[in-house]
This record gives sequence, C-alpha cells and structure tokens, in this order.
Amino acid sequence: MTPAAAPRTGGLFAWTIAIRRDRKAALGAAILAVFGLMALAGPLFVGDPDALVGIPLQPPSAEHWLGTTGQGQDVFAQMVTGTRASLAIGLAVGVLVVLVGALIGVTAGYFGGRVDAALSLLFNVFLVIPGLPLAIIIAAYLPSGPLTLAFVLVVTGWAWNARVLRAQTLAQRGRDFVAAAIVAGESHWRIVTREILPTMTSIMVAQMIGSTVYAIGAQVGLEFLGLGDVSAVTWGTNLYWAQNDSALLTGAWWTFAPTGLCVALVGFGLTMLNSGFDEITNPRLQLERAWRAHLLERGHVPGRSTPVVTGRG
Amino acid sequence: MRYLLQRLGFYLLAAWAALTLNFFLPRLMPGDPATALFARFRGRLAPEAMDALRETFGLTEAPLIQQYFTYLSHVLRGDLGVSVAYFPAPVSEVIATGLVWTVFLAGTAVVISFAIGTLLGVVSAWRRRGWLDSWLPSTLVFLGAFPYFWLAMVALYVLGFALGWFPLGHAYGDDLTPGFTFEFMADVFRHAALPVGTVVIATLGGWLLSMRNSMIAVLGSDFVNLARAKGLPPSRVVLRYAARNALLPSVTGFGMALGFVLGGSLLTEIVFSYPGQGYLLVQAVRNQDYALMQGIFLVITLAVLGANWLVDLVYMWLDPRTRGARS
Repeated sequence: MTPAAAPRTGGLFAWTIAIRRDRKAALGAAILAVFGLMALAGPLFVGDPDALVGIPLQPPSAEHWLGTTGQGQDVFAQMVTGTRASLAIGLAVGVLVVLVGALIGVTAGYFGGRVDAALSLLFNVFLVIPGLPLAIIIAAYLPSGPLTLAFVLVVTGWAWNARVLRAQTLAQRGRDFVAAAIVAGESHWRIVTREILPTMTSIMVAQMIGSTVYAIGAQVGLEFLGLGDVSAVTWGTNLYWAQNDSALLTGAWWTFAPTGLCVALVGFGLTMLNSGFDEITNPRLQLERAWRAHLLERGHVPGRSTPVVTGRG
Repeated sequence: MRYLLQRLGFYLLAAWAALTLNFFLPRLMPGDPATALFARFRGRLAPEAMDALRETFGLTEAPLIQQYFTYLSHVLRGDLGVSVAYFPAPVSEVIATGLVWTVFLAGTAVVISFAIGTLLGVVSAWRRRGWLDSWLPSTLVFLGAFPYFWLAMVALYVLGFALGWFPLGHAYGDDLTPGFTFEFMADVFRHAALPVGTVVIATLGGWLLSMRNSMIAVLGSDFVNLARAKGLPPSRVVLRYAARNALLPSVTGFGMALGFVLGGSLLTEIVFSYPGQGYLLVQAVRNQDYALMQGIFLVITLAVLGANWLVDLVYMWLDPRTRGARS
C-alpha cells in the first residue's frame, strides 16, 4: 500500500495544493483571506473611524451598517480599521515568539548538559508564572503602544514553543544523520541550521499559527483592560470603549458583538488551517487516511485501530 | 517522595523568580524610577503616602542589593505596600477582600471544564467518527476562539440583560448578609453561574481535543488490544485501561492551563463586576496603582504555583513511574 499522492512538505506550490485539497484547511484559508483583504484594503473605503458621524448608540441602520458607538462613531468603520493593527501585531508576535522559542529550545536541546539544564529551568519558570498578570504589570510600566504590546506578548508567550522545540531537537540529536554531520566535521551552526531545523519546519509553521491565535487573543485582552493605546483604533480598544460606555447595560449589543466575532473568526480560521496542516504533514494521519480508503475500496469496514508507521530509522 | 521534593524546589525557585522580577520591573522603567513613579502622584497623594510607597518599593538611596533585601523582608512579612487606589488601605488587605472570589470562580471553572471536557474526549475517541465526534470538537474549537471576556459580554447581554434569567453582576445580592446560610449560598451560585459558565465553555474544547488525541494513540496500543482480546467489557477497557493512561498528558497540561484560565477569568470578572482580583486589577491599572498591581501578580503567581504542586500530587498517584524507587 502506498499513501497515494500524499503531498510532501516543501515548496509553496505543494502547500497550496495540499491546502486546497483539505476541507478544513481550505475553509481556514478562505476566512483568513477575507480578513487579509479587509486589513489591507478596508481602511481605504470606510473613511475616518474617529469621525463623529451621528447620534451616539444608534442601532444598525442603512446609513450605519453596524450602528454607532457611545461617542457617535461608526462601528463598522472602526471594526474594519481595527483589523489592520490587530492582525499586524498578531502576526508579528506569532513569528517572533516562535523565533525566540526556537533559539532557546534548539540551543538547549542541541548542547545538552548544563546549558540545557539552565535554559529548561528558564522556560519552565516562565511556563508556570501566569502570563496575563505578568503581561499587565510589564505593560503598565512601559509607554502604551503597539511596540509595548508586542514586547510583553513575546515575553509571556515564547516558553511553550521553546519547550516543544527542545524536545524535538533532543529527538533529532540522537539520529544518525546528525552523528554523520558531526563526524564530517560540520560546524555547530551548520548542523543546527541545515540539518536539524529543516526537520522541524512543519512544527514551526504550526507553532506560528498557534502563537498568532494566542497573540491576537491576548492583545485584545490587554487592550480591553486599557493597557493599549486607547486613542488608536484596534479590535481591543473598540471593546474597551464598548465596556467603558457601558454598552451592555444600555443594550447596545452592536458595539461589542461585531468585533468579538472578528476575533473569533480569525482564531477559528487559523485553528482550522492548523489542523489541516497537521493532517497534511503528519505521516501517521496520512497513512491512516490512505489505509481507510484502501479498505473501503475493497468493501471492508475500517476498524478503529491506527496503522503503525514503520520504516523509521 | 523525591519527585515531590524536586517539584517543590522548582516551585520555590519560580516563586523567587517572580519576586525578583517584581523587584526589578519598576527599576527598569525608563528614567529614574523613583522620580518617574512619584511624579504621577504629585498633588494626589499625601507626603506620608509617598513615603510609604517609597519605603515598600525600597526606592531609597541605598545600594541596589540592600534595596533588594529590604524589599524581600517586606514581602516575607506580608507587607506589599500601600494601595493608591484604595488609600490608605495596605495592598495585602485590599487583595484579601477579592482573593476568595477569584479562587472560587477560577477553581470551579477549571475543575468543571476539565471533568466535562475530558469525559467528552473519552467518548469522542471511543465513538470515533460517530455523530458526537463529527461536530462537537469543531464547535468547541470555534467557541474557544472567542476571547473569554467577549463570550462573557454576550452571555451577560443575552441571558442577563435581554432575558433577565441571571443577575447582571456582583457576587451576591445587596440585600443579603454573607454567611453559611442556604439562601446566601444559593444566591452566590446564581451569581457565579454565568462567569463560570463562560469560562467553562471557552476552555472545554482544549481539554476535549487533548484527551481525544491521546485516547486515540492509547487505544491503538498493544495492551489495549490485548485487553479487548481477553474479552473484557468495553467500558472497563476504555476507562480502566485506556483513559487512565491517556489522562497523563492532560494532567500535565492542567497545571499550565491554570495560569491561562486564571488570566481569562480575571477579564471575565471585569465584565460581570465580580469582586475578585480582576476587578481590583482594573482599578489598579486605571489609577496607576503599581503596588496593587504587583501585589496581585505576586499573589496570583503564588496561588498558581501552589495549585501546580497539588496537580503534581495527583500526577504521582496516576503515574506509578514518578514514584520511583521507594526506600
């Protein structure tokens, strides 16, 4: 049995095909494409989000699609404009968090010994200290703004990635190809960047997606508390003002509902894309699917057991 | 026993790291910390209050190392400084008023969520590709993508404001005196239902997926096949053989999730004006009450560390390998 035409990792083209073939990943990618477009082009069409355009707290109407805020601004314009800043910080933090995690995790796993003990202790401590309270006290001391947000989110978010990548590096470290590279006299730097890191690309891509979900959620949370730049228009500050103007107790659902839905849709889209990636790049799930198809073709009912992936090492 | 001591040592170290972080943060602020900190309060605070603040932060002319030890000795005596937002109450007293509510809220939510989520994960893995397995995980993942506090806002709006089924905030009605009476307890549960419910719904998906995935891996292993081949009843195979082993990764995750759930429930508290740490935190942020903020951070961190140690106890009970060689 061969895992028929299962796409291998590598090349943007292969990824694109794989995403289109997987239903979950395609759904996720479609949602994200809509938001990407909204972030890039949206602000050009909706005008000034801060402009006072009408009577405060008007429900949705033909003139203001999503009503007006407690200050009389257009909710739709604010939602669209907020997309850019929120997604930009989310993506930047998602990537940075994985890079920091990779730097520390791979160093720990590769060098082992005391380096490993010290770095492992560091990320374990960061894992067990609750992230949001820490983020709040750091953010409170720094001048508010996107850079501060990105900084605190990286500080509180890198540890998990470091832990996973350390375990991966440790597993790869013992493999023959690494031993061969050492015998061949390759430098540490080359072994790490050329031999070990490429084996972990799919994990790191998945981590970046997961970290972006985290970053967007945490960023919105901090801004909701008033720790962002409250004069900027982002998803988090929209919710902050909604809460501040006691939108809830006056029944103005339109001031908070659309923004929250956007956050959730982006998170859902990223998660779907991620689980799609998992099924594409995980040889075990690939094999299982192929095996089920193989059995169904011959008129058997596939059982619950998973085929064992052999031929490793 | 050795395992537990090792973990205890780790938590002590983590606590020390949190303390030290707390000490250095104000000093990492751009410019001279003392001046920057007090410039904000000038005119709003009595000189005695400023002196008290300066004293607790150890922001004196003394060398850094001496400041550090002054600070440590203050913290160890339970002196976290004076709150600006609630002046002249000491921070420790202010925190104490809200701690019970936060622990109650986050603790109940995390336990309920873990129990239900894990059970659903077991069922979902056992009846794989069944009707439950086909829609529940993705629905919960979708719900989990919402920020907790936003779900809380929706729940408050729909169930509290529009339908009027639940109270709109606070931990208990104004007309009741706290006490262990049935009436009071019932009211507390009624007020807690929405905040706890939203956190549970937002976190359920994570537990379900983690349990489902590790169940699937365990169900494919040899010892489960053997148990099945022996003709043991399916419920026994699933619960006693598979689930107990599949639970390990979830329990490891439990400790780490605690901090995360706590963070989310702090935000949820704000939406419901629940009188816990989250509410105090907002007051602290709005009033730039650094002493209170840092106090809350410390107390929450210590609570999470303690809870983690309890989780380790459970882990040891579940996984005989951690018990090691007994003397």
